[in-house]
Amino acid sequence: MTPEETAGLIGSAFPDALADAPMDTLHPAVGVVAGRWHEVALFLRDDPRLRLNLLRCLSGVDRIAEGRIELVYDLMSIRPGGEGEAWSCGVQAAVRIGVPRDGGSLPSVADVWPAAEWHEREVYDLLGVSFSGHPDLRRILCPDDWVGHPLRKDYVFPVEYHGIPGSTEFGQRSPRH
Amino acid sequence: MPDAMFTAEPDLLFDATRDGSSGLRTEEMLINMGPQHPSTHGVLRLLLRTDGEMVVEAVPHIGYLHRCAEKIGENVQPYQFIPKTDRMDYLAAMNNNHVFSLAVEKLLGVEVPERAGYIRVIMAELNRIASHLVAFGTYGLDMGAFTAVLYAFREREYILDLFEAACGARLTYSYITIGGVTFDLPDRFLERLTEFLDYFEPKIDEYDRLLSYNHIFVKRTAGVGVISAEDAIAWGLTGPCLRASGVKWDLRRGMPYELYVRLDFYIPVGRPGGGDIPRGVVVGDCWNRYFVRMQEMRESVRILRQCIAGIPAGEVRAKVPKNVKLPADEVYFEGENPRGQLGFLVVGDGSPIPWRVKARGPSFCNLSITSHVCRGVLLADVPAIIGSIDIVLGEVDR
Repeated sequence: MTPEETAGLIGSAFPDALADAPMDTLHPAVGVVAGRWHEVALFLRDDPRLRLNLLRCLSGVDRIAEGRIELVYDLMSIRPGGEGEAWSCGVQAAVRIGVPRDGGSLPSVADVWPAAEWHEREVYDLLGVSFSGHPDLRRILCPDDWVGHPLRKDYVFPVEYHGIPGSTEFGQRSPRH
Repeated sequence: MPDAMFTAEPDLLFDATRDGSSGLRTEEMLINMGPQHPSTHGVLRLLLRTDGEMVVEAVPHIGYLHRCAEKIGENVQPYQFIPKTDRMDYLAAMNNNHVFSLAVEKLLGVEVPERAGYIRVIMAELNRIASHLVAFGTYGLDMGAFTAVLYAFREREYILDLFEAACGARLTYSYITIGGVTFDLPDRFLERLTEFLDYFEPKIDEYDRLLSYNHIFVKRTAGVGVISAEDAIAWGLTGPCLRASGVKWDLRRGMPYELYVRLDFYIPVGRPGGGDIPRGVVVGDCWNRYFVRMQEMRESVRILRQCIAGIPAGEVRAKVPKNVKLPADEVYFEGENPRGQLGFLVVGDGSPIPWRVKARGPSFCNLSITSHVCRGVLLADVPAIIGSIDIVLGEVDR
């Protein structure tokens, strides 16, 4: 199924949920409005034509010039073959959602695909996007008291963290003995 | 422990610790397991809430090895990022180099010479064997069988010698690179590889006799930590953990890349007890996750033999300029690593340095099911479950 057909299926079920997203790329993704994401996600998982049961990846990309953070969900549908045969990939799809950089939020899909729970925590930790309805939204890779979100393009590396010297605009700070 | 425990009748005491149905109350206790614990395979910390011997809740805490490799990825050129991919899943560095190179090649539209493709598959499958050997040996250690690890490391040494002959490194290779591989194979490499395969193939039967069918080992792993196929897919498990749950899905077959479409191999999946599978084993348990890896080593040997037979002469690297500008486009590519599907999202913006590099680590996703599986198991089963998932913290934390 092509991404255009996937977009058509979503569009026929939720006419106001589609957003603009480029399709002529090496990684075409269906644009979805942030507020409608949870319903669309349930549809993607449960619709018999799609059955996108495997959430492969959730990536956040900081589009600082456009003032938004883009979230890319990569999904796949794996289906059993005949007796003793290998499973096959039915449909592949990607979904692209833009949220504002400041105070951006979108619905969590951790209840749709439990795999999303850690992926969403990672995006929250490294890019500062909040997911409403997430069961346990806290930092996952950085320490709980870390300041800022490292994968934002305007992130400033701390000069010091609990006595550990960080770096300055002049490069690595020499350790104090 | 409440005083009542010491004065109660023995039967009552037994019942109370079992399920609390006698009305005696046991107190919950928080146990911190890790980050420096031999059976967490690195710096993983688990916070366990226990009720006697039972684990009520297990919360993994990760990030102790976090180096923000993705931030480094958006500050260096792709070929400079290859050494960073070595340091994600450091037990499968060749496979990481391979998948990242394939992702960037897809973005640049580079065709890899045929000989390079064969060399890449040889290295990837050899590294798969080396990685599964470590999984096999350390899992034996986790279960109290100390002999297995000695055999596993003995055999792995041969593979590391082969890698050293090819690229000079024994752990972090950076050998597979964008456009092909850095050097051609050294003299006698394929002969030495054949010698190794002839030596290694019968050894797998030896490991099966040593550990796989060992009664104590089976008792510790059969029927423990069962993950259903639905749960495995929902939690995004891939690789041997997914196949052990009965899902016959392998990217090398399902969405073939490189030369895998030409190669003949079988996809092992988890099987229930009976026949040549020990009694008590169920699909999706720790034993099956372990045993799928043992069978995959045999399949890798088969793939390697086909590669040795089919490798042509020729170039080993396509001409890719070092200062190549990445197109303002985006790719997402996944490959089958020993631990599951490793994915890279690479976003270019017209400059030589990517705008974003995102790594989807199989260990990260596989580990996320821990708190779901460890609910209601015995405390002693937690190392069995963690070990069977076979995580590498370098990749979980990146």
